[in-house]
Amino acid sequence: MKKNDLKAWLYLLPAILFLGIFMVYPLFDVLVYSLEEGYNSASQSYHGVGLYNYAYVLRDPYFLQAVRNTFLLVIITVPLSTGIALLISLGLNAIKPLRNLFQTIYFLPYVTNTLAVGLVFMILFKKTAYTDGLVNLMIQWFGGQSVDFIDGPYWAKMFVLCFYTIWVVMPFKVLILTSALASVNPEYYSAAKMDAAPRWRVFTKITLPMISPMIFYLVITGFIGAFKAYSDAIALFGTDLNAAGMNTIVGYVYDMLYGSSGGYPSFASAAALILFAIVLTITCINLLISKKHVHY
Amino acid sequence: MKVVLDHLTKRFPSRTKKGDDVIAVNDFCFEIPDGKLIGLLGPSGCGKSTTLNLICGLEPPTDGKIFFGEDDVTRLPPENRGVGLVFQNYALYPHLTVQENILFPLQNLKGENKLSKQDMLEKAMQAARLVQIEGLMERKPSELSGGQQQRVAIARALVKMPKVLLLDEPLSNLDARLRLQTREEIRRIQQETGITTIFVTHDQDEAMSISDMIVVMKDGIVQQIGAPQDVYDNPTNLFVATFLGTPPINVFDAKIKNGEICIGDRAVMPAPGIRDQDAVLGIRPEGFILDQNGPLEMKLNRVEVMGRDTSVVSTHPASRNAQVRSIISARNQVDKNAETVRFSLIPDKVKVFSVKGENAALWAGSLESGRAHEEE
Repeated sequence: MKKNDLKAWLYLLPAILFLGIFMVYPLFDVLVYSLEEGYNSASQSYHGVGLYNYAYVLRDPYFLQAVRNTFLLVIITVPLSTGIALLISLGLNAIKPLRNLFQTIYFLPYVTNTLAVGLVFMILFKKTAYTDGLVNLMIQWFGGQSVDFIDGPYWAKMFVLCFYTIWVVMPFKVLILTSALASVNPEYYSAAKMDAAPRWRVFTKITLPMISPMIFYLVITGFIGAFKAYSDAIALFGTDLNAAGMNTIVGYVYDMLYGSSGGYPSFASAAALILFAIVLTITCINLLISKKHVHY
Repeated sequence: MKVVLDHLTKRFPSRTKKGDDVIAVNDFCFEIPDGKLIGLLGPSGCGKSTTLNLICGLEPPTDGKIFFGEDDVTRLPPENRGVGLVFQNYALYPHLTVQENILFPLQNLKGENKLSKQDMLEKAMQAARLVQIEGLMERKPSELSGGQQQRVAIARALVKMPKVLLLDEPLSNLDARLRLQTREEIRRIQQETGITTIFVTHDQDEAMSISDMIVVMKDGIVQQIGAPQDVYDNPTNLFVATFLGTPPINVFDAKIKNGEICIGDRAVMPAPGIRDQDAVLGIRPEGFILDQNGPLEMKLNRVEVMGRDTSVVSTHPASRNAQVRSIISARNQVDKNAETVRFSLIPDKVKVFSVKGENAALWAGSLESGRAHEEE
């Protein structure tokens, strides 16, 4: 028995070492940083231990703005993108001709570079001295007031960010949901037909429960992904996100480390751990809810 | 409710552009009497499951009509036909409990047929009691054994009191012992409810043992319809003869000469009233009698003792099978070391078929009764 234990540990050693050095230790280090007050990275010195960093971050208006932005982004994009992806997948599943073509088209954004897509969105939405941008032209064409989506009011910028995020995360969800729908045994639908189940009931009572594990997976990863959003905002609003008022939590962490006002690893660590706590809480809630509603 | 199939045909278009259409069911005519248990029997790919799908409405027929009683239901969607279908893999909704599964069809009822919650529960309980699963109502299908799942599937199909119950290979997913038990169960449920029931199987034992009538199919064409024993005793063609019976019938090339059936040069049996010609002889394994002076001499391979009876495995040059298997009573002593073994034949168990096409019985039945049909 003893000998076997030793063997087992030996087999586990490479993975444990790797995970320990590159995952557990940095996590631990972040925790340490976040508790060291007045840490100076040049002299590697600090003058106290406590929760001051957290207090500072939580009172920093930029951080609060970033939290507000991030939460809005999460609450808007996760349900919307999952819902729309479900609709698209149902459509894709229902058609026979050209299904592969459409699947490819819907998947294209996934293989496109985020920054390149951001550029295209800028062209679509940005107002310049020469043009109001395609979207504004269309709004005017329908008799509306043009809006500056990139440098304009907060809601307009938030709209672009959400629109962009949904557009970027959609293809993966469509891909997952189409394959989930295709893997539902057609016999269940035949059985439902024999039982005279109306369409809506078939959808809610059979289709949804059958693909619920996949939906759940998409919601969880969607939440985590949206909480960690950063590059999307950069692609649209440039690197000075604080000035644009469109910073995200991860953006705030980055700014605290390397931005023009950077050089504060302790504040960055504290912010990162707050994000970690938020994501952990939300994921736990998700898991609790899923126990009731997800059928495996 | 009687079910009438009138020239029912189903053609599937070929997958390739040049290939021929596949005719899964070809001109099926049959009137299923009310309240009977019918076995649709045939090798896989013979169109029996397609026939079932046509009856329940999951597939539209290419041609022909289906009547339930006097009503033409050919164009009716499945939900309006009043049929219950038990799928081969049961298709129980895995996320619902047994009770919810059985309730599902009832909850779909609309308009004046709508039931109160209490009535629904009562009906579900009734159906569950009929198949004896009332103690499992709160379980999920994954927590049930195969046989229990089967019962739930039957209960779900029965809960709406269908006019016709259809079962697709109901026993194929069960082990041998459960299969015996379940087929009795199906028979019992059918008799208790009196619902016209059609079930599909490729297992002739299954079909013969519980059906009131069996329909033997091959390549989409009905070969023979009749009571199990009748079909076994008087097969219309060689296919039906070889398909029914375990061990299968032994097939010999034979000749009819001067009113006698000859295998090789030896006359083995009289065949009065049949003109001289080449023929094919089918001899049921139980049609052999050990006889020192019997006309049929075979090379003995081995003797298998199976307790109740003895199986003699031998070879004969005129046999179409590699081995001839005959079953004799265990009381008979067979010399295992003998080179040859001799048999005489029981006339009832010998079937004669024509060589051409081999599908018309020249002559079937006992010699004594002299029932002989001359082929055209």
